Amino acid sequence: MTTKIYIPRDSSALSVGAEKVATAVAAEAKKRGLDVEIIRNGSRGLYWLETMVEVSTPDGRVAYGPVKVKDVPSLFDADFVNAKPHALHLGLTEEIDWIKKQQRLTFARVGVTDPVSLDDYIAHDGYNGLKNALKLTGAEIVKTVTDSGLRGRGGAAFPTGIKWNTVLGCESEQKYVVCNADEGDSGTYSDRMIMEGDPFVLIEGMTIAGVAVGATQGYIYLRSEYPHALVTLNQAIEAANKAGYLGDNVLGSGKAFHLEVRRAAGAYVCGEETSLLESLEGKRGLVRFKPPLPAIEGLFGKPTVVNNVISLASVPIILDKGAQFYADYGMGRSRGTLPIQLAGNLKHNGLVELAFGATLRELLYDFGGGSATGKPIRAVQVGGPLGAFLPESQFDTPLDYEEFTKIWAVLGHGGIVAFDDTVDMSKMARYAFEFCAVESCGKCTPCRIGSTRGVEVIDKIRSGKDHAKNIQLVRDLSDTMLNGSLCALGGMTPYPVLSALNHFPQDFGLPAETQAG
Amino acid sequence: MYIIVALYNCNDSRFGDISLPDSNTPQEDMNAVINRLITEHQHRPGALLPLLHAIQDSIGYVPEAAYPQISKALALSVAEVHGVVTFYHHFRTHKPGRNVMQICRAESCQAMGSEVLEAHAKKCMNIDYHQTTEDNAITLEAVYCLGNCALSPSVMMNDEIYGRVSPSDLDALIAEARA
Repeated sequence: MTTKIYIPRDSSALSVGAEKVATAVAAEAKKRGLDVEIIRNGSRGLYWLETMVEVSTPDGRVAYGPVKVKDVPSLFDADFVNAKPHALHLGLTEEIDWIKKQQRLTFARVGVTDPVSLDDYIAHDGYNGLKNALKLTGAEIVKTVTDSGLRGRGGAAFPTGIKWNTVLGCESEQKYVVCNADEGDSGTYSDRMIMEGDPFVLIEGMTIAGVAVGATQGYIYLRSEYPHALVTLNQAIEAANKAGYLGDNVLGSGKAFHLEVRRAAGAYVCGEETSLLESLEGKRGLVRFKPPLPAIEGLFGKPTVVNNVISLASVPIILDKGAQFYADYGMGRSRGTLPIQLAGNLKHNGLVELAFGATLRELLYDFGGGSATGKPIRAVQVGGPLGAFLPESQFDTPLDYEEFTKIWAVLGHGGIVAFDDTVDMSKMARYAFEFCAVESCGKCTPCRIGSTRGVEVIDKIRSGKDHAKNIQLVRDLSDTMLNGSLCALGGMTPYPVLSALNHFPQDFGLPAETQAG
Repeated sequence: MYIIVALYNCNDSRFGDISLPDSNTPQEDMNAVINRLITEHQHRPGALLPLLHAIQDSIGYVPEAAYPQISKALALSVAEVHGVVTFYHHFRTHKPGRNVMQICRAESCQAMGSEVLEAHAKKCMNIDYHQTTEDNAITLEAVYCLGNCALSPSVMMNDEIYGRVSPSDLDALIAEARA
């Protein structure tokens, strides 16, 4: 009997040698005359255990990791093909505590299926959501999404159903669905994992959005730093087209939906939706004034749904299992689950999908295992380069949009970057301004000029020049950027800057007890 | 600071017919390639970015000398094409070295020692960002997040990502690129 062996094709797994491991396993199996089939799955998200190799058994899949090429002969010697013990043996994958404690809805199939096999997708409840959606009117689909409480997972947390409803209500001969896959926040990789590990769920979510609002063309705006995701998405789109899940007549419904991947070109600001639309139109990614909203005048001036990858990938399960099923997860006004990405200086980095409400401390210590360097965790940045730095005293904050707003922080796209006690927070504040200067589109003055002046002022503070005056200046500058910028890039750069200054004043040459807001 | 202010002289002869002294590709070939790619992409909605990607994928960069052809085909001004090419970090107007190494400078990688890696790379290769080694083997670029934040620090060599990169791993990558 053929034994199935799973070795990820996810780019993070590849970054620590998954390709070489796959080649070595295939060669060793051939040499020993063993009948094995190697399936290149997505990552289960336990990145410290990559390359994680799994073998199928009648009881479920058994995992080994982290496997390096040099371990391959000994794995065969130990008869891992029959799930026998070995130093790297991790037991049944589904029984690994780290996975068992999670609530994987959006990520249910990631790491489990062959990402480019449509049959595998369908065998794991794929396309149930679209089939249900095709029995409903556009308004009924939109109502289901609204009732689920799903909010934009890109960072802004705007209710997805309300956005869709605006597009649905617009009369137009052409509408678009645009997926924002320009995942540029440091510490985030959940979009990438979906696109590399379960691309069909994104395709299905976009198709449902198209059917709901009457859009016939979709674009995935994919960052150029993700070459592997590009390949996987294009393979999946081709398979969906061939099988009639995309095209002029989606599943014989008479409705058309076409999908194309467009490559971004390395501009962080193009993750801002209006800048993204400019870029898709072939222009410089300059931020647009709002109104008009993209939902009314979006791509090429037409009504456009613009949603993040995770928002769209969460739609199929909502249409499959119902709005209430999804809304039953979470707390307050944050309904459903959030795929959290642990990054930076942690022992166990990876993807943790949980209902809203878990605390940072649980994520950093129960899942993350504390710092990788063994030193105390001094600060964490949540929500990417525009997110606030949080000190240890705020680690008990539950992950919930409103709870984070209360402490002047953001959840953003769910990335958590941990720093140990060697971090210099004035340097991080400087970097925040520097990043803004590199990435500013240049349209508005507070962002374009403020970011460069910010770097200079922080440099003066760090060298002790006119210290008190420059501390005040950085606060004034932040106030201008916060209130005067056109989009979140300039408008949120003060979050990392001021949170660093307020929570870690000693790094700016101020007494530790100064906690001025 | 890594903002490049591209100054650009409209009377420059480079904006006439294509002549590319810094290129290994014969002039006729490059012209033909660009014309073919223009024909292939010009009718797509929002054609400029896909076209620029196609050109850079084929010949390694977007030659400034191609701006007039591109602008004519897409009914844009040369200034608009120049504006787009220089807005995006991904596009380059000069031929890079045989390999392009990108080191991630973002927060997660900083938390895991990317600054040491940056300094090491610059010192070993004796170049700064946006420069190419003397033997033309490697062009060094900064990048802000490769989505490999669980395995920081990260480096990308051409289209391959490497995670948990130590200075000695970097030495090996450099040696391989130079071989």
